Amino acid sequence: MERIDIHPTHSYESFKLRLGRPQPFGATIVPGGVNFSIFSSHSTSCSLVLFEKHAKAPLAEIPFPDEFRIGNVYCMVVFDLDYENLEYGYRMDGPNNFQQGQWFDSSKILLDPYAKVIGGRDAWGVIPDWEDIYHHRGRIAFDDFDWGNDRALEIPPEDQIIYEMHVRSFTRHESSGIKENHRGTFAGIRDKIPYLKELGVNAVELMPVYEFDEFENSRPNPQTGETLYNYWGYSTVGFFSPKAGYAATGKFGMQVDELKNLVKELHKNGIEVILDVVFNHTAEGNERGPTISFRGIDNKTYYMMTPEGYYFNFSGCGNTINCNNPIVRNIVLDCLRYWAAEYHIDGFRFDLASILGRDPLGYPLANPPLLESLAFDPILAKCKLIAEAWDAGGLYQVGSFPAYGRWAEWNGKYRDGIRKFLKGDGTVGKIAQCLQGSPDLYAWAGRAPATSINFITAHDGFTLMDLVSYNQKHNEANGENNNDGSNDNDSWNCGWEGATDDVAINALRRRQIKNAIAILLVSQGVPMLLMGDEVGRTQNGNNNTYCHDNELSWLDWDLQTKNAEILEFVKHSVAFRRSHPVLRNPNHFRNQDYVGSGYADITWHGTKAWNVDWSEGNRAIAFLLCGKHAKRGTVEDNYIYVAMNMHWQTQWFEIPGLPPSLQWHVFANTGAVFPSSYLPGTEPVLENQSGLLVGDRSVVILVGK
Amino acid sequence: MTFTASLEIIDDVAKITLAGELDAATAPDLKAAVEKAVEQKVKRLVLFAQDLEYMASAGLRVLLFSKQKLGVDVDIYVVGAQEYILETLEKTGFDQTVILVDKYDE
Repeated sequence: MERIDIHPTHSYESFKLRLGRPQPFGATIVPGGVNFSIFSSHSTSCSLVLFEKHAKAPLAEIPFPDEFRIGNVYCMVVFDLDYENLEYGYRMDGPNNFQQGQWFDSSKILLDPYAKVIGGRDAWGVIPDWEDIYHHRGRIAFDDFDWGNDRALEIPPEDQIIYEMHVRSFTRHESSGIKENHRGTFAGIRDKIPYLKELGVNAVELMPVYEFDEFENSRPNPQTGETLYNYWGYSTVGFFSPKAGYAATGKFGMQVDELKNLVKELHKNGIEVILDVVFNHTAEGNERGPTISFRGIDNKTYYMMTPEGYYFNFSGCGNTINCNNPIVRNIVLDCLRYWAAEYHIDGFRFDLASILGRDPLGYPLANPPLLESLAFDPILAKCKLIAEAWDAGGLYQVGSFPAYGRWAEWNGKYRDGIRKFLKGDGTVGKIAQCLQGSPDLYAWAGRAPATSINFITAHDGFTLMDLVSYNQKHNEANGENNNDGSNDNDSWNCGWEGATDDVAINALRRRQIKNAIAILLVSQGVPMLLMGDEVGRTQNGNNNTYCHDNELSWLDWDLQTKNAEILEFVKHSVAFRRSHPVLRNPNHFRNQDYVGSGYADITWHGTKAWNVDWSEGNRAIAFLLCGKHAKRGTVEDNYIYVAMNMHWQTQWFEIPGLPPSLQWHVFANTGAVFPSSYLPGTEPVLENQSGLLVGDRSVVILVGK
Repeated sequence: MTFTASLEIIDDVAKITLAGELDAATAPDLKAAVEKAVEQKVKRLVLFAQDLEYMASAGLRVLLFSKQKLGVDVDIYVVGAQEYILETLEKTGFDQTVILVDKYDE
C-alpha cells in the first residue's frame, strides 16, 4: 500500500504541493518530490522561485501558503520536479528600514543559505552576465557517492604534518604537466597525490573551497591591465557548496562528486583533508555590497549591526557574521557536521576564529557558546579544530583561545619567534619555548603540544624564499600602492633586496631556507608547510597575493629541478620527523628523567655541552632529546641532538655524550655543501664524537643510535 | 535521437545496450531495465555504451543505483563509452564502482 504522507494536498498552477518538514533546512529529495525549508524571523512572506538550469527567467514562483509556515520556517514539498535540471531560490518580503537593520527587498532572488550545490558560476573566471537576475543559484545535491569503506583517518594530532595549499594554484601552472582540463581543479590535486606522498605530508589544508565569487571586487591591475580577482576566496557565498570553478566537472554540476572523490583518494594514500573555513564574514560585504542571500533573508539575525544600522567590521572585509546568535550558531554547526559526515573531512581551520568568540555587539565572550558547541559536538568529535586565534578587530588570542580541551591554534608567536631567531636577533629563550611546543602558552592550561600548529610561513605573508630574499613587502602589483599586506615580516634579504646572481647571497638564502625547515620539523607540535616552500617558490616579494590568478600565485613545477636540493632536504626532514616519535610527543616535556635512562627527556646545551647561555644576544643553542622518553616512554627511539648556530661566525659545539655502545650519526648539516641531509636510516657516523664545527647560520641534526 | 535501453539476459549475465541521450528524463528507463536484471539475480551486468551520445549526471547516478541494487559481488561493465564520459567517470570516482572496458569479450 502506498504511504499517505507522500500525497499532495495542495496545488499551485500546475504544481502539486503539501506541507513540508521544517528540518532539515535546505532542499532535500523526498519520495515523489523535493522538500524545501528556509528560516526567516522577520519576513512577512516568501515564495519559492524555480528555474530550469541556466534559464534567464524563472520557470515558476510558488508562494508558500500561510499554513506552510511553522514558527519562522517556511516548508513545502513540491512534487514531480525534474530536480536534475532545476535551480531554485527564494523571494522574501518584509520591512526595509536601514536604521533598524532590515533589508527586505522582494525584487531580489535569494540563495538558500543551506544550498548544497550552487550553479551559475560553473567554470572559473568566465565573465558572468551582469544582467542576470539570479547569479548564485541553488541546486539539489545527491548523497549517493560510493564511499566504499572510507572514513576520516583520525591521525593523532601530534603525528600530523600539514601542507597548506590553494586548490587552483597547486596545478594551474602549465608545468604541472597534467591534462589541461584538470589544471587548477580538485581532479588536478588527485593527479598529484603521488607528489604529496613522496613529500611525506599526511594532511592537506585547502584554502577556502566553499563557493565564492572570484569576481567580487575584481578590477584591472593598474600596471598591466590584467584582471585582479578575489583569488584566495576568503569570502563565502554558500557554506554548504564546494566551489564549482574548482571542479573539472563543474560544467556538469558534479563538483560534489569530484571533491568527494578527491577526499576518498587522499584518504587511501594516508592524507587527511582539512578545510580552511571562513565563518567570520560573507561575500555580501558592507552597506554597498550585493544582496546574495543572508542580507535579504534575515539581515539582523545573520550580521552584527551597529545601533545606527551599519555593519560591524571585525573581519576587515565589510561585515561580520553574528556567530553567537543561536540561529547562526546552528547554521555553523549544521555546516561543519555536513562536511564531516557527507564529505568525510578530517578537520577545519577557522579563519579569524576570534570573531567566533564575540557577542552580538562585538565584545569577547568568556565562554563563547559557538566554540563550546563545536568542541563538544558528537559528529565533530574526531575532527581537528584549528583556530586562527586573532581577528582584524584587534583581538589576539594565541595561547588564550577558548579551547575546551579541543582547539588547536595557528601559533603566530612561533612564526615570529623563529623568524627573529633565523635572522640573527638572538632570542634563544623564546625559541626554546617554540621548539618544545610552546609550553609557555599551553602547558599551564593543560593543552598538549599538538595545540600548537607551528608554521614559519603561510598563505598570508612571504613565502619562505621571499622571507630570505626581501626586507620589505613589494605589493605594487595588487594595485593598492603597497598599502596592503603586513609590514611586520621579520624577514632578512641576506644582503640584497630580491633576486640576485650573487653566488654567496644565494647560497646563504638556501641555507636559511634549510635552517627554517630543519627547525620547523624538529619542533614539538604540528608542523605546517606552505605549498611551494619545498621548492623555493617566490612571489617576487609580494606578501599578499590574494588577488593574483597568475604566476605570482601558481606553483611552478619546474622549480622541482631548479631547487632540487631544497626539495630533497624537505623530503628528508619530513621523513626524519616521521621516523622519530621522540619529535612527536603527545605531552609536554617534564625536564626530568622519568624512565631511568640517565637523561632527562629534554636537555639544553650551548657551545659547551650542558651549559646554555640564555642571555638575549646569544645566537647559538642546542638541545638533546632522550629517545627512551619518546611518547612518554612508551616507544623506543634514538637520541636526537640539534645544534643551531644563527651567529655569523662558525662555532665549535661540544656534544653531550651518549650511553655506551651508541654513536652519533649526522642526519643534517645545513652548512655542508653536499649533501646537507641524508635519507633517514643512512646517516653516516660522525667522525669526532665529542664535538663538531657548526658553520655560520647553520643547523646540525645528529641522531644517536 | 530517442533513448533506448534494451535488456537481454543470458544465463546469469544481463546485457543492456544503450543508445541516444541518457539524461534526467530517460534515466528512469535504464533504472527500470536494471531492476529487471536485479529480479533475475544476475551475476554480471554489462552496459554497452558505444551508441550513447550523451550521459548527464542522472545517468551516472543510475550506475551507482545499479551497484547498490546488485551488491558488491556483481561486477558492472561499461563498454566502449566515449572519451568525455570516461573522463567524467574517472574524475568523480565512479570509475571505481564500475569496470570500464573498450571491448567486451564473452
